[in-house]
Amino acid sequence: MERKTKINAEDGKQEILITREFELPLELLFKAYVEPDIVEQWMGTKVLKLENKPHGSYQFETTDPKGNKHGFNGVIHEFVPNQKITRTFEMENTPFAVQLEFLAFEELTADSSKLSMQIIYKSVALRDQMLQLPFAQGINMAHNRLQDIFNQLK
Amino acid sequence: MNLRRDVFQAIADPTRRAILLLLATQTMTAGAIASNFDTARPTVSKHLHILTECELLKQEQNGREIHYHINAKKMKEVADFIESFREMWDDRFNKLEDIMKNYKTKD
Repeated sequence: MERKTKINAEDGKQEILITREFELPLELLFKAYVEPDIVEQWMGTKVLKLENKPHGSYQFETTDPKGNKHGFNGVIHEFVPNQKITRTFEMENTPFAVQLEFLAFEELTADSSKLSMQIIYKSVALRDQMLQLPFAQGINMAHNRLQDIFNQLK
Repeated sequence: MNLRRDVFQAIADPTRRAILLLLATQTMTAGAIASNFDTARPTVSKHLHILTECELLKQEQNGREIHYHINAKKMKEVADFIESFREMWDDRFNKLEDIMKNYKTKD
């Protein structure tokens, strides 16, 4: 399988670089970050607020399978259509500190484009913790499923 | 390098992660492991085969029975969790791409 999304996380650095090439014109790629109903679809989150302008802010909310709500929010510092978005990102009610995100959008051809995302964390330790999160969640999901199976057996 | 990719493929599957979790504190026979899942026994055997092949599990012959246990050394290698992180973003971006391709044709 082709690996379209690349992650670069150098040892001892407090940043992550995520790059991805899309088979989409630049305008459509950027639109996916701007239109709330589209953001909702691919991020799998509810968009409570999304102000695409400098000093604007956004608020997302996801609901996990147990019905618990998780909030995310941030402030938009730079917003240049089809070029860049600079924003903060914070997970509410977690011990994780706010992170800074630089998103750069580039045209490759008329039908393809590239997104480069630089995420900067408060510390190297926090970055490493964030990298482990999806795996930890995956384990939890497997664990919950297992628990369900055990409960059925009772 | 090839081997490492196999490890990540192995843990990408939720049933295989559940098996690893099940074996985290004990050694078990294939039958005992299979009894924890709704899936057919041959499917569980296939998962065990994959996990053993990439050395996340070890087999031990006890008389006529084969017991499975976790290979802690190999599990540590998975501590390089970046692959799960990459897959999470890759899934999101694949979705984005699909949605916008349809968006384009709708216009």
